[in-house]
Formats: sequence, structure tokens, C-alpha cells
Amino acid sequence: MAAFESLTSRLQSVFGKLRGKGKVTEDDVNEAMREVRLALLEADVNFKVVKDFIARVKERAIGQEVVKSFTPGMVIIDIVNKELTELMGGTQAKLAKAAKPPTVIMMAGLQGAGKTTASAKLALMLQKGGHKPLLAACDIYRPAAIKQLQVLGGQIGVPVFSLGDKVNPVDIARQALQHAKDEGRDYLIIDTAGRLHIDEALMEELRQIHEAVKPDEVLLVVDAMIGQEAVNVAQSFHEQLELTGIVLTKLDGDTRGGAAISVKAVTGCPIKFVGMGEKIEPLEPFHPDRMASRILGMGDMLSLIEKAQAAIDAEKAAEMERKMRAAEFTFEDFLEQMAQVRKLGPLDQLLEMLPGMGKLKQLKDIQIDERQLARVEAIVKSMTTEEKRNPEILNHSRRKRIAAGSGTTVADVNRLIKQFDDMRRMMKQFSTMMGPKGPKGGKGPKGLKGMKGMLGRGPRFPFG
Amino acid sequence: MSFFKKLRESISAKAEAVTNKFREGLGKTASAIAGKVEELVLRRKKIDEAFYEELEEILIGADVGVTTVMRLTDELREEVRKRKIEDASELQPILSEKLVALLREGADEGLRMAESGTTVILFVGVNGVGKTTTIGKLAHRFKSEGKSVLMAAGDTFRAGAIDQLEEWGRRVGVEVVKQQPGADPAAVMYDAIRAAKQRGVDVLLCDTAGRLQNKTNLMEELNKIYRVIQREMPGAPHEVLLVLDATTGQNALSQAKLFGEKSGVTGIVLTKLDSTAKGGIVVAIRSELKLPVKLVGLGEKMDDLQEFDAEQFVHALFAGAIDKEAEAGSAG
Repeated sequence: MAAFESLTSRLQSVFGKLRGKGKVTEDDVNEAMREVRLALLEADVNFKVVKDFIARVKERAIGQEVVKSFTPGMVIIDIVNKELTELMGGTQAKLAKAAKPPTVIMMAGLQGAGKTTASAKLALMLQKGGHKPLLAACDIYRPAAIKQLQVLGGQIGVPVFSLGDKVNPVDIARQALQHAKDEGRDYLIIDTAGRLHIDEALMEELRQIHEAVKPDEVLLVVDAMIGQEAVNVAQSFHEQLELTGIVLTKLDGDTRGGAAISVKAVTGCPIKFVGMGEKIEPLEPFHPDRMASRILGMGDMLSLIEKAQAAIDAEKAAEMERKMRAAEFTFEDFLEQMAQVRKLGPLDQLLEMLPGMGKLKQLKDIQIDERQLARVEAIVKSMTTEEKRNPEILNHSRRKRIAAGSGTTVADVNRLIKQFDDMRRMMKQFSTMMGPKGPKGGKGPKGLKGMKGMLGRGPRFPFG
Repeated sequence: MSFFKKLRESISAKAEAVTNKFREGLGKTASAIAGKVEELVLRRKKIDEAFYEELEEILIGADVGVTTVMRLTDELREEVRKRKIEDASELQPILSEKLVALLREGADEGLRMAESGTTVILFVGVNGVGKTTTIGKLAHRFKSEGKSVLMAAGDTFRAGAIDQLEEWGRRVGVEVVKQQPGADPAAVMYDAIRAAKQRGVDVLLCDTAGRLQNKTNLMEELNKIYRVIQREMPGAPHEVLLVLDATTGQNALSQAKLFGEKSGVTGIVLTKLDSTAKGGIVVAIRSELKLPVKLVGLGEKMDDLQEFDAEQFVHALFAGAIDKEAEAGSAG
């Protein structure tokens, strides 16, 4: 469906056209810019921001750079990429720190943007960094909002300051600050009620809280799915409160997140953090370069590699690689490797980070079902140690037992064993092709190589 | 009779108060679209490419989807050729006519109620759109119509969600069927339907946890909730309402599509419409996914949930233009 085509594939098709040409005329640039314009608009980037952006890119693209270049398409990609990165704010920003603790952070935003969740995630992030945060519950309007913050605080072990919902939020904030000082907490995070940027009474209340506690950081929490209104929201909050940064939430959805571009463009405030996922995990830092890369279809490789490095045990990976080359790879290793891949996170999220995955038609329709992996695991775990080490001994009666033990059918077991054999044979061929030392025995997340093999087989995975 | 006159007459037949509330709530949207279109028409008397481009920007700026806007402007071009229109001001009524037509397509705006027995309404949507609040307001509405209402606390995931629904229950005097946090939401629905049958309530409102539509597992969970309701009460759920935040951009289309696949969405509730100059996404959803908007949230008060009326919506969008035309009409 055209409407859901991602910005990534849109730009890829545009640049695909450019890539094939030796030379780019002004008409080509115009055509490319039309597509870029539409793609950015569909991604909810504000139309005024798009207009400026297109004008800038066009100017640079039609200028001498492209004409002189041998690969004009690449030059345009580069310009768009750089301009996008720049628009979203250069390099990542850090949290402010008060000269005299506690550092006061105020959270503000529309209803449902995710302030309370973001507050808890921020508290967890600070706590993991060795700080002692205090959360203050100033949302006295939404039913059970205080309870929500208390539950979240309890989950992560961060104290929550609350005076119930009958006390003025300004007083709550003031007393929370005193409490933080008394208790020696070095960060105070003030969760405020969601409010419309056009609601004057409530905006006045925010100003009073601001006045009372003089925050070092005022973070606007913005839902990544927000549309054209993002600009007005950001602008009015900025005018009232002098924002110091943005938190972009729900970025793990399938939204194209054009809001990131708009919000930064109108306020000039850096996007400091992004919220991903519903579980309370620390906020993640925002990487404009990565976001731009993602938009341009280079995938979020950097994030993936970082994740892999954190999760995959380098020594185990090296041993695995040796085994693969020597074709000593057994079902035991297979299990081990699966466990490592799964440490990276849900497979569908993983796939989204790989470049070009969005373009693969056969992958688009595939629903990666974690349960299928669980079934594969069940089959392998139903084997005896001997069977795992010597898959050759798996005769019919053993296979029947394994099927019964794992709650699958013999056909499923057969398919898995066949794929496993194919994989071993392929690995053997590769290693003979590449010689005893292989292409590069260097560093880096080697586990990824094995994973690529597995993912590449994705569509033919058992039960797939 | 001009289009605006017709529209005006059909509106004035409706209660003045309702229209006013609608107009107030949509004040922002009205000034955003209508004001800009008017300004555009005045400034650029001629219809040329630049005119279309600016018109596109106004509509896209109101979150009417790109695809819909392109279709709309293509149709306008066609009309301009056919009717040999040269003056931009003549285009304005045609534009609103087209918008009303888009919004009206196959319209059946009212909530579908069970012919007999309990009406089950399931609420779905992403996080933070206002599902629980909408249920609270709707419970209040049904209650004041003299119906007996029961609410099911199907959001067992988010901290404080059950308490939030219970608080609404206390405010409007409606009972809540619940289990402990973390319980299987499908089991809550099972209990709720049992209870609804036993007590013979008129309306059962089912809350669910917010979820992003690209989370396979959570969408499967929702599908299970949907199937349990279908299994336990034939004909139910009578409505599956996707609650959408009016500030949402193009992602709303993806939400409507994917929630539709897993839970058979029958209509939209557009919340926080008072917040925003946008709400144009209604037009996009209507024209691209054929889903009717059934209810709109126009404010924070309990009775700020209104039935959606395409004519009123467009009337609010073009309020200024309509009044002006009426003046011109009475003067001439």
C-alpha cells in the first residue's frame, strides 16, 4: 500500500533512479526533490520545515558539487543525509547538572505523550548512572496518575514524593524540592499533568511550578507519532517555559517520526532522549546521525552493532566461528547461538534495524513469530546430549521420540535436521573456499555472521 | 441554492447548542483551514500551479493525508477544467463540498447497539490516546440516558490503569469488572461478559491496554481478547472503536489498518480534538480506509464526548466562509 511505504523506501527509489545515471540534470534534481518533499510530508515533517529543507538541499544539489561529481546520486544522498542530521541537531546532548544539587528536571507535554513513563525511565537511567533521583508526582488531575508513578517508582526502587491529589501542584513541587535537599537526593524529576498547549490556566500553572523550583532542565515529552501539530505544541511550550530539551517517546512504533525534525527545527532545542518500549528500561540517548541514516535507508546498523557488542560474548563467538569452519558445529552450539541472538531483543525489532530489510518483499509479509523459535528450541532441547553432538545418529525412532517430546511432528523435526545439515555443509564449503584462516579473523561482533546466516534463512525457518 | 446555504439550513435544523459546542471545540481547526484557504483565495485571485501547491500545503498542514490531498487537488483541477472556473473564490465551496462528500461516504455515524440484550463495545488503540477517559465519558453518557452500564478493566498492564477506570466508575456510578494487575486481559473479558449476562446490563464497555500496532505479540493478545468476546456472546462486540489522538499524524493510517486486521475495528473515536488545529486526519482515514468517525472528544469535561457529524465538522471548518456568504445572500 503506497500510503504506508516508508520514507526509507521512498528515498531509495528516488535515489535508485539517480544512481543509474551518469549525470544529473536540474530536472532530475527537481524530480528527486519532489519525491523527497512528498516523503517528508508523509513522514509528518512540518510542511514549512520541509519547504526550507528542500530549498536548501536543492541549492546545494544544483550547485557545482553535483555537476563535478562522477556519482551525482551519491552526492545528493550525502547532502540530504547531512542536512537531515544537521536539522535534527548535530551530536547528542547531555543532561544539565546543577552547580549545587539537586538538579531539577521538569517534564511537560500533552496528555498521553508518555510523561509519567518517561519520568520513570529517566529516573532509572540516572539511578543506573550512580545517582539518587527523586520523583515528584504533580499530576493531580488524571485519575490514578499518582498511583501510576508510585507503582513505577516501586518497580525501579526510586522514591516518589506525593501529597495526594488535593494539594496544589506548585506546592507539591516546592515541597518535593525541599524533600530532595533534606534527603540528599541529587536529581529531582517533576512529573506534571498533561495539558493542551492552548489551555491558558494550566499553562500558567506550569509557569508557576517553573518559577517555584527553577528547573535546570525543562524537557518536553513528545509522542513520535504526532503530526503537523508538533510545531505548534513545541512552539507554545517553548514560549511559556523555555524548554531545554525534547524527549521523543514511542519511537519503537512504526511511525516515521518526522516530528523529530519539526520539533527541533522550531524550538532549536536538542532531542536529548528517546523512549522505546513499554517496559521500564532506561531512556536511550538520541543519535541524530543514526536517525538520519535510518530515514535514508542505511538502516540503524550502528544501534544494532552496539547492541550486539553489549550482548554477545566475544570469546564464545570466536569459538563458534572456529567450530563453524571446522564443521564441528553441533546442535549444542546451535542452541547457544540462538540464545545469543535472542539476547539482542525481539527478532522483528532486530530485522527492522538491518538496512534494506524494509525493501525485501518476501520479508515484509513475514511475521516473525517468537513462538516458532521457541518450537525450534524445544526440538533441540528434546535431544539427548549424544544426539546434539552427533546429529548423524538421529534415526527414525529417535526422531519420533523427539517430536513427541517437543510437541511437534516428525516432519518438523526432519525439516530442522535437514536445514541444520545444509547449514553445516554450506559452512564447510565456505571455509574451504576461504582457506584455513578465513577472510578476516579480526575483531568485531562475529556472532553477527552466524546470525546473518540464520536470519537469511528466516523465510524457510521450520514452521515458517 | 448554493452549497453553503444548503449546509447552513441543514445545520440550523439541529440543536443550536450542540453546534456551538462543536464549533467551539473545533475553533482551532476552523481558523486553521478556513482562514488560510480564505486568505489564499483573496491573495491569489488566479488558479495556477502555485495556487494548488499552497492549497496542498494548507490541507497537509491540517494532517489531511498526502494521498488524500493529492486526490482532492486532482479532483479540483478536473472541476476547474469542467466548469471553466477562473476565479479562485469560486473554488472554495467546491472544496468544502468535496470534503463533506469524502466524510459522508457510506455514512452511518451512530453507535451500533444490540437489538436486544447487552451491547458490547471494545476500545482499542495505541498508548496514551485516551481510551480509559473515553470509556469513562461514554459510561456517563449511557448512564444519563438511563441505561445500565458495566466496565471491564482490560488494561492489566499499565501501572494504575485499573485504578484509573475504577475512579471513573466511582465518578459516574458504574461498576468495574477487574482482576489483579498483570492478569490475562482475555480472562477479564470472559468474566465481564459473564457478569454482563448475569446482571442483564444494557452496555458493556471494554477497556484494553494501549499497544503499538507493530508489536506482534501484543496485537495477538488483542486478537485473543476479540475472539473471546466473539465466542462468549454471539454478535459481540457490536462496536470495536479505535481511539485516536487528534494530534496524531500519518501514523493513524497504519494504526487503523493494523488494529483493523486484529480486532475488526468498526469506527473511530477522535480524542483531544479541542487541542488542535488539525483533525484533518479524519478526512484521510475516511477516504483511505472507509472507517467512520463515530465519536469525538471535544474537551475535558464528562459530557464533552459528542457524536461525529460530518456536516457540522465541515461547517466548523468553514464557519467564516458560510456566515459571509449568508450575509452576501441577504444583502443581495
